[in-house]
Amino acid sequence: MAAIENGKREESVLRNAFGNVLSFFILLLIGILAFSIRLFSVIKYESVIHEFDPYFNYRVTQFLTKNGIYDFWNWFDDRTWYPLGRVIGGTVYPGLTLTAGTLILNSLNIPLSVETVCVFTAPIFSANAAWATYLLTKEVKGTGAGLTAAALLAMVPSYISRSVAGSYDNEAVAIFALIFTFYLYIKTLNTGSLFYATLNALAYFYMVCSWGGYTFIINLIPMHALLCIVTGRYSSQLYIAYAPLVVLGTLLAALVPVVGFNAVMTSEHFASFLVFIIIHVVALVYYIKGILSPKMFKVAVTLIISAGLAVCCAVMAVLIAMVATSPTKGWSGRSLSLLDPTYASKYIPIIASVSEHQPPTWPSYFMDINVLAFLVPAGIIACFLPLSDASSFVILYIVTSVYFSGVMVRLMLVLAPAACIMSGIALSEAFSVFTRSIKFQLPALLQSEKVDAGETSTDTAVTQTDAAKPAKSEEIVKERPSKKNKKKEKEPVEKATVRSRIQKKLLVLPLEASVIAILLLVLLGAFYVVHCVWAAAEAYSAPSIVLTSRTHDGLHVFDDFREAYAWLRHNTDVDDKVASWWDYGYQTTAMANRTVIVDNNTWNNTHIATVGTAMSSPEKAAWEIFNSLDVKYVLVVFGGLVGYPSDDINKFLWMVRIGGGVFPHIKEPDYLRDGQYRIDSQATPTMLNCLMYKLSYYRFVETDGQAFDRVRRTEIGRKHFKLTHFEEVFTTHHWMVRIYKLKPPKNRIRGKTKRAKSQKSSSTTSTKGSSRKRNPWQ
Amino acid sequence: MARTTTKDAQDLFHSLRSAYASTPTNLKIIDLYVMFAVFTALIQVAYMAIVGSFPFNSFLSGVLSCIGTAVLAVCLRIQVNKENKEFKDLPPERAFADFVLCNLVLHLVIMNFLG
Repeated sequence: MAAIENGKREESVLRNAFGNVLSFFILLLIGILAFSIRLFSVIKYESVIHEFDPYFNYRVTQFLTKNGIYDFWNWFDDRTWYPLGRVIGGTVYPGLTLTAGTLILNSLNIPLSVETVCVFTAPIFSANAAWATYLLTKEVKGTGAGLTAAALLAMVPSYISRSVAGSYDNEAVAIFALIFTFYLYIKTLNTGSLFYATLNALAYFYMVCSWGGYTFIINLIPMHALLCIVTGRYSSQLYIAYAPLVVLGTLLAALVPVVGFNAVMTSEHFASFLVFIIIHVVALVYYIKGILSPKMFKVAVTLIISAGLAVCCAVMAVLIAMVATSPTKGWSGRSLSLLDPTYASKYIPIIASVSEHQPPTWPSYFMDINVLAFLVPAGIIACFLPLSDASSFVILYIVTSVYFSGVMVRLMLVLAPAACIMSGIALSEAFSVFTRSIKFQLPALLQSEKVDAGETSTDTAVTQTDAAKPAKSEEIVKERPSKKNKKKEKEPVEKATVRSRIQKKLLVLPLEASVIAILLLVLLGAFYVVHCVWAAAEAYSAPSIVLTSRTHDGLHVFDDFREAYAWLRHNTDVDDKVASWWDYGYQTTAMANRTVIVDNNTWNNTHIATVGTAMSSPEKAAWEIFNSLDVKYVLVVFGGLVGYPSDDINKFLWMVRIGGGVFPHIKEPDYLRDGQYRIDSQATPTMLNCLMYKLSYYRFVETDGQAFDRVRRTEIGRKHFKLTHFEEVFTTHHWMVRIYKLKPPKNRIRGKTKRAKSQKSSSTTSTKGSSRKRNPWQ
Repeated sequence: MARTTTKDAQDLFHSLRSAYASTPTNLKIIDLYVMFAVFTALIQVAYMAIVGSFPFNSFLSGVLSCIGTAVLAVCLRIQVNKENKEFKDLPPERAFADFVLCNLVLHLVIMNFLG
């Protein structure tokens, strides 16, 4: 008897060891997969930094590696937002730059250029994020679910879109920090160990350093604590998980200069303090309940309620009065635009104008999380059987992230880990049901008389619906199932023999149905993998600073942006100021190394409105505005020759709106003909006279004789005109970037023109002939 | 009505006192420490109300360090209390080591933030 038990124990130890080694190798492969699927842009284009924001992070990392951390903390940048400058140390989230600049660069002792580190930081941290997802899901449901969730996260297109090689942005490390913080919170909740609570606070600190989205954590965790209290699941482990996190977390958040005292003063953090107070009250109540007899407890309750209610009301009244005095009720503009989706378009046009702040379309859900979109509800149901603190947390996480992803496309990124966790749980549960069924019926098939009396196969309603959902169209990753098959079979065998004694009823499906269902799950996984690889290769790997197109004679590369920045770098003085729309600010300072007026940080709306007004005004007024800002060069992006749709003429209405928000003489209807935005012959005179039109279409008629704009698909309204206050200094090869220089004012103004100057209204540009003489600038 | 309320209050007070007297000494020491920390925090808040909150980071770090040590002491008490069934196989030395570690991190942050 003892020998058999010993043998069984050895067997299980061996099985566990084999399982652990297998899990380790699977995790290693998942990490390699996560890293390599993000390398498409490096292979297809080159190892270059993408988009706009990463260029700023790259510049900051360069500064950090060159000058060290103290200069970085105290850095005042005078190359942007001229003449205001920007305090970099106090307005940037330092997590990403510190990680790449110090951790990765110095730790390996391999000589790497800063650019290489910056390009490859995101794939490395996505591998880390996949491992963190494994740990988190393992805490919620078990190892099988963890491995599935990690494999799904390694490939989910929504996460790939923000973490390809070259996308050196905050989200690259922030998502890893988010998942890791949640994992440590759940671990503390499950074990009640103060050690993990400390680690949780430190991980939260890393998250605060990395991304403004940390407010999601500091509101989700209190929400979950409140949920646990309200549903009667208060335990001392909840207290240990929550209370030290609030105190330590608030302190650590206040340490980061960007957050500073906002950690205690803004409404984003009030939820955590409120629940902090509530959890102490609840803990006290439970303690007193424990030490008193029930009769005395009732007496205590009546006394406390009568006395305490009055105090409570007074405190709440004071708090509400304090919060109500601030116009935004203490919330920041960004948070308000998330809570109320219509807020930004009414009050903050800059937030509304960013394309990634628009609500997502329905197809974008399928594009970004693909198969997971319909595995998530199955996962939610699986979390309810049985419901634990950890599974209630992930349910809350998925519900809130679905809401926020519906507000802004950019926040699909926060939905991705939640969807992967839920789908991993669903898939692993479904898979375990099928393999268990097969495992039971296989020996029955081989030796039909060895079926135990205690085992009965019944199809309950739960398994029917459970099987129906997976059987519809769910599949699992192709390479994984063989390994997971072996792994899942170990546990069900032990579980089954115990269960058959304890429960006479088993959830087992017919053999053929299980086999077909497993095959279908594998197919589902195959579709998912194919879609993810396609999305990574075709949709999300464009660096957007280099464009390509396929023509009949091969691949054509448009490298106009770098051409323009290089021209600026080599042909202008170091102190020259360049004005452009704020999209290109970061790239200009990073690559052209020139001072810009506005950049992507968009912290000063009035300054941006000034530039917007200048772009919308006639030439003379624009010259005055730019001259007052000491601008020497103006840069516009024009896509009409090659059909590049994100050029400044398409963004022009936003310039008008933002400018008009601050300077009321710019009215949007002036630029629209019958409510329509046009630049052809039917366009309004204000539109045809404004600086943006002129700078974009100057000499455009020389390209093809008809001045046909390929993006707007019409011929332009005004083809032949001269510039009076600007001169063209550079146009790139495909006319995508055009650089103009402000003409210096003439030294003397002659008599006749002096009188005419004081009488004329807005500037009139000379068309031809006689009016040219009257113009003082030529 | 008022007399029954005061009698109830007195009964409650006595029963609380007698129930509390039966807690073991080590827990009472921890409770005393928690009281001390909260009291210090209240003194700091009163001082700020009198003098003004100018170096706000100092005020914040002072108050939060008091509240933080109170919270951590309560966590220690939870883990060491023999009546808590969830923690019965946690050795008290491990609980105390965690407590010390968390306090170290807390005070490191406090000293950094104190200014």
